[in-house]
Amino acid sequence: MVTLTINGEKHDLDIPDDMPLLWAIRDVVGLTGTKFGCGVAQCGCCTVHLDETAVRSCVTPVSQAAGKSITTIEALGTPEQPHPLQAAWIAEEVPQCGYCQSGQLMAISGLLKKNPHPTDADLAASITNICRCGTYGRIRKAVARATGGGQAS
Amino acid sequence: MTTINRGDFVRLGSLFAGSLVLGFGASGCSNQSNGASQAAGFQPNAWLAVHPNEKVTIFVSKSEMGQGVATGMPTIVADELDIPFSSVELEFAPAVPAYVDPAFHLQITGGSMSTASLWMPLRTAGASARAMLVAAAAKQWGVDPSTLTTKDGVVNDAKNNRTATYGSLVGTAATMPVPKNPTLKTPAEFTLIGKQNARIDTPHKVNGTAKYGIDTRVPGMKFASVLYPPVFGAKVTSFDATKTKQVPGVIDVVQIPSGVAVVASNSWAAFQGKAALNVTYDNGPFAQQNTASLKSRFIELARSGSGAITAVSRGVRNVSGKRLDAIYFGQPAAHATMEPMNATASVTSDGVEIWAPTQTQTAAQLSAAKIAGVAPDKVQIHTTYLGGGFGRRLYTDYTDDAVAVSKAIKAPVQVIWTREDDTQHDWYKPMGANSVSGVLDSDGNLVAMEHTVVMDSILEPLGVPLKGGLDAVSMDTVINTAYAIPNLHAQYVNPKSGVPAGSLRAPGANWNNFVMESFIDELAHAAGKDPLQFRLALLEKNPRAQNVLRTAARNAGWGSPAPGTKQGIAFGAWNGTSIATVAEVSMQGNTPRVHRAFVVGDVGRIVNPTIVLQQLEGATNYGLSMALASAITIENGAVQQHNFYDFLVMRMDAAPEIHAAIVESGASPTGIGEPATITIAPAVANAVFAINGKRARNLPFSEAYT
Repeated sequence: MVTLTINGEKHDLDIPDDMPLLWAIRDVVGLTGTKFGCGVAQCGCCTVHLDETAVRSCVTPVSQAAGKSITTIEALGTPEQPHPLQAAWIAEEVPQCGYCQSGQLMAISGLLKKNPHPTDADLAASITNICRCGTYGRIRKAVARATGGGQAS
Repeated sequence: MTTINRGDFVRLGSLFAGSLVLGFGASGCSNQSNGASQAAGFQPNAWLAVHPNEKVTIFVSKSEMGQGVATGMPTIVADELDIPFSSVELEFAPAVPAYVDPAFHLQITGGSMSTASLWMPLRTAGASARAMLVAAAAKQWGVDPSTLTTKDGVVNDAKNNRTATYGSLVGTAATMPVPKNPTLKTPAEFTLIGKQNARIDTPHKVNGTAKYGIDTRVPGMKFASVLYPPVFGAKVTSFDATKTKQVPGVIDVVQIPSGVAVVASNSWAAFQGKAALNVTYDNGPFAQQNTASLKSRFIELARSGSGAITAVSRGVRNVSGKRLDAIYFGQPAAHATMEPMNATASVTSDGVEIWAPTQTQTAAQLSAAKIAGVAPDKVQIHTTYLGGGFGRRLYTDYTDDAVAVSKAIKAPVQVIWTREDDTQHDWYKPMGANSVSGVLDSDGNLVAMEHTVVMDSILEPLGVPLKGGLDAVSMDTVINTAYAIPNLHAQYVNPKSGVPAGSLRAPGANWNNFVMESFIDELAHAAGKDPLQFRLALLEKNPRAQNVLRTAARNAGWGSPAPGTKQGIAFGAWNGTSIATVAEVSMQGNTPRVHRAFVVGDVGRIVNPTIVLQQLEGATNYGLSMALASAITIENGAVQQHNFYDFLVMRMDAAPEIHAAIVESGASPTGIGEPATITIAPAVANAVFAINGKRARNLPFSEAYT
């Protein structure tokens, strides 16, 4: 039995200790906003926050997440109070297919906790999430809009 | 989106009892209301339903894979209907004959054809509904309908100072005759077309609520992962599932035609169970194949033209002048959609239900019917959002497997592919080898071209028979080049390599246009002419083409690259759309670094400017990603790449600053989802030549020179 606290809610789950957090979130708890893309921490679609840190849930065993506060895209903001990045994503019309965007938003919101004003170079160095629709330019613009920074570098 | 079952249009209509549901043939000629007057034998079709609460459901028959069709189609209907965009409620349409595309004769999303195909049917649908609502108001008020106007979902009687909302009129409107030729708006009257910028799906895609195929959850459903034989064409001869069945969560192991399916209570258990399978295969003859042997065979075929079929024979051969010859070679590439292939199916004695991120509803339906042994109309397809498509989801392998597994275990099941499955079992952008020669006259004008294309057929795996053995898609942009070349001879060799060949974003053209535009650049340099001017001279009778080239050149400051960079230019004409790209490049070691790309498109009439810009940007990055490093290679008959660590795609660090622009020609709308894929790679290669005098004739650029 593993107890996970996801978006403030406790879940007692009868799952193996080594199950990746991604599958506990998606297939067991049933929150599907967190996406599966690669299974090997390459693409970042599965990014969630463990306490204050962005992690790739597809390679994070649930045993490592137990006792920590897990935040998924569903709790990044609310319709009434979206996270500044979510509002900027809408204003800049970032998503196309949208599949990677949960992970992009969780990864970059995680980055902002350490670096509230990332430059384009910071994003290039820190954010390795893959977007096959190629929305990278709009992501840069949206981050700049949300943080008041992002000067070309 | 609802998940209500909709097996046919009659039930669809009953869903909206009390609403005005209008059906229109996609051809725009079989109009029929779905009210009391519905005639027997009417082949139903529906684009919209006006509700008493003023909301309007607009049915989208095309698959939303990022290209924006779920916004574009409702925009067209809503404009002619004269409602605010905020009144629109989106519903993905069921797979019924009413939604068959008038150009393809299938319900399918491809060829960047959605707006071009449906532009007039959707406008007609909206305008007819508006006319019926006006007629209803006129009847209620006892006035001539021509004295009434509409705006923002309200009918106005200015003379008598009264109004009626559309919602208040639905009951009467449903009894009005459907006008045969409703008056359409003039472009000056458009309120949304060309003006709407916000996408309907954006809010759902930033908060985790957008539902993709992989997010389907059906009561009682299981998860399954299928072990596919690694070697193309191989068959499973036996398997031992002893260890698999010991994996916690594994429920069942069943053999299906394509492989061995491990059924579990969650995806992870299914993956673990699959890894524990012990399988033996009959690998067949393809197990002897590898990339080196395929590559040398392709290049030899390009040189010899052995077995070639003539595709174009214009003018004469053996034109005298300055002759250039070149061989180009391109590796296969995978689509690598972010959402791996998946589908959920439920096979019962009543029929089949499928929830899938599919681009090919009709084909999926027919194939599922065959597997389940039911009539096609017993197969319901629920199309979800697609986490990328790029042509990969034009195939039915993943829906077929979900149906086969559900049939075997007699329960709903989601078949989910690992990234490794997705990388190793794609319908790839095919390998290509082209031999091309050109002749310049004494004034440096291009007077003759000969071109041999060696590429597996793209159409055959889609079930499209070839005419005389010629695949026009595999020859795209070679046989239909926009350039006025007086003597043009092009031939096609179908090498039948055994690697599954597929339709990938601007299929055929995404390779051939690299060859054409690189070679045109070679010819321009050989002629001592500016590559832009050389192209403009060959496009004298094509002002739209000239215009995108000139605009891209102007936007980029052609001839004045940023310090430390050089520029390359390329043009592309694809399915009615004209594209031009200027790339600003420097070299980092042997790798081109693209700093800025200036891309311009003329897609005729624009429905949503932001979406057109998004597609210009996205297709540029997709084409660049493929050109920089994406290659699929074969060893012993199997794909060597596994995941994003060895099938390389662009990330933020390599993404250029893209300046996209639209040329508004006002012509009939054409597509934008694909064409900008075909100009970036040659623009970069041409910039590389400008930097170091080396001609990059291979894709990806990381591929060793031939």
